[in-house]
Amino acid sequence: MNSWERFVDAFFNVKVMAKYLPDIAYGMLVTVELAALVIAAGLVTGLALALVRSLGFRPLNLLIIFVVDLFRALPPLVIIVFIYFGLPAVDIAPSGFVSTWLSLTLVLMAFSEEIYWAGITSIAKGQWEAARSTGLSYGQTLMHVVLPQALRLTIPPLTNRTIAITKGTALGTVVAVSEILGMASSAVSNSYNPSPLTMGAIAYLILFFPMVIFGRWLETKMAWKR
Amino acid sequence: MAAKPIAGSIVQARGIHKHFGALHVLKGVDLLLAERELVFVIGPSGSGKSTLLRCLNRLEEPSSGSVMVDGVDMLDARTDINHARQRIGMVFQSFNLYPHMTALGNVTLALRKVAGKTRNEADTLGHAALARVGLADRAGHTPGQLSGGQQQRVAIARAIALEPRVMLFDEPTSSLDPELVGSVLGVMRDLRESGMAMIVVSHEMGFARNAADRVVFMDEGAIVEEGTPAEIFERPVQERTRAFIGQIQRH
Ligand SMILES: Nc1ncnc2c1ncn2[C@@H]1O[C@H](COP(=O)(O)OP(=O)(O)OP(=O)(O)O)[C@@H](O)[C@H]1O
Ligand SMILES: [Mg+2]
Repeated sequence: MNSWERFVDAFFNVKVMAKYLPDIAYGMLVTVELAALVIAAGLVTGLALALVRSLGFRPLNLLIIFVVDLFRALPPLVIIVFIYFGLPAVDIAPSGFVSTWLSLTLVLMAFSEEIYWAGITSIAKGQWEAARSTGLSYGQTLMHVVLPQALRLTIPPLTNRTIAITKGTALGTVVAVSEILGMASSAVSNSYNPSPLTMGAIAYLILFFPMVIFGRWLETKMAWKR
Repeated sequence: MAAKPIAGSIVQARGIHKHFGALHVLKGVDLLLAERELVFVIGPSGSGKSTLLRCLNRLEEPSSGSVMVDGVDMLDARTDINHARQRIGMVFQSFNLYPHMTALGNVTLALRKVAGKTRNEADTLGHAALARVGLADRAGHTPGQLSGGQQQRVAIARAIALEPRVMLFDEPTSSLDPELVGSVLGVMRDLRESGMAMIVVSHEMGFARNAADRVVFMDEGAIVEEGTPAEIFERPVQERTRAFIGQIQRH
């Protein structure tokens, strides 16, 4: 074998790829599931925190800011390991899937809260005053006047941040989640051939490339309308 | 401590004080507004005109004093402030239209959410209010598609659609190009002729001469002098009023 053939055999070995395709496909499914659950829970809890923060109750806000800063500062892998290996010490033993989901959710919650909050506070005071002067309550003003405008502003940064954090599902491999990277790695050790990693990379591209393009498109679209 | 409402007076503010921290912005202002009356408020920048208006509908919390509007004690904790605010329309210098809604959406939001109208009822009332300000054909436009004058008229429609008993205007034409001022003043004049009680903070002295029953001059958080437009503009008694009138007439 010359070196080109050795390269192809290592990374594009068709026999190995065919054999492990179902495993990688299963890994994709797990990744999609994990990602969807992280996005849903992270974005909703982040918004909830931002709304609570907008009430302006000081002790509560300090707590929110502390929690948000904590999860923005900690590396996601540290949180995952802490939950998966640490919590069993107090008799809570979440699965690798749950540990990863919970960790990434907390991180997305923290980052998205900051983005929502920036959006809410960027809406001019006059919008609040006009709405309140017609008798709308605080909640109604938030719901019908402030949030629709704020969310629009938050979509591009939120999309980018969501992509970045969702890619962290690959960290689940450390705690034995059978997502793409996990499936690919075990295929590599079983077949003694790295080709499954190529498939894994392609699987990630299939999942995340459209999201990245979508994020770029949103960003230009929002940039025009001002 | 709420005063008894005086018959025929729609707004009754007494002894209004407002502090912003160490800053004493309103120093015991009394203001009565009769039904169908138009009071015009003038005064130098920072004299507390906006703050006074905002105390009347409690966008700003007065530090002390009493405010009765249409017989309702605005400062009583038992008053449903959101309900009470429907009786007091407010128009701002910067329009403050909701940019994500059409003109009709702007006008109907509070009709649906506060006044409890159905969407159909609200749309009917909304179209009528827009027609009153001469914008029947702009119902589907968003604020970004309207001129400043049109935006301010939508803002007026948004307020009058709720059938308020009194309208507060805070420099409604100050951020408009000169050629657009007339359309907004025209709508205000119509409103006055329909019998709406109004308090107008503005620099439009021509409008004051024609339309105001009374002119109030404020300085440093207090009412210095008040009288008919002729009294205040032609024969002011107080030195500070004279200086201010002289100053604005030179411009
Ligand atoms: N929210 C606030 N916090 C602190 N100070 C304030 C606040 N609102 C108003 N002020 C101060 O109160 C004073 C009166 O302000 P106000 O806006 O009522 O004056 P004005 O007569 O409407 O002036 P202008 O003609 O410039 O609109 C000013 O010194 C202003 O800086
Ligand atoms: Mg002002």
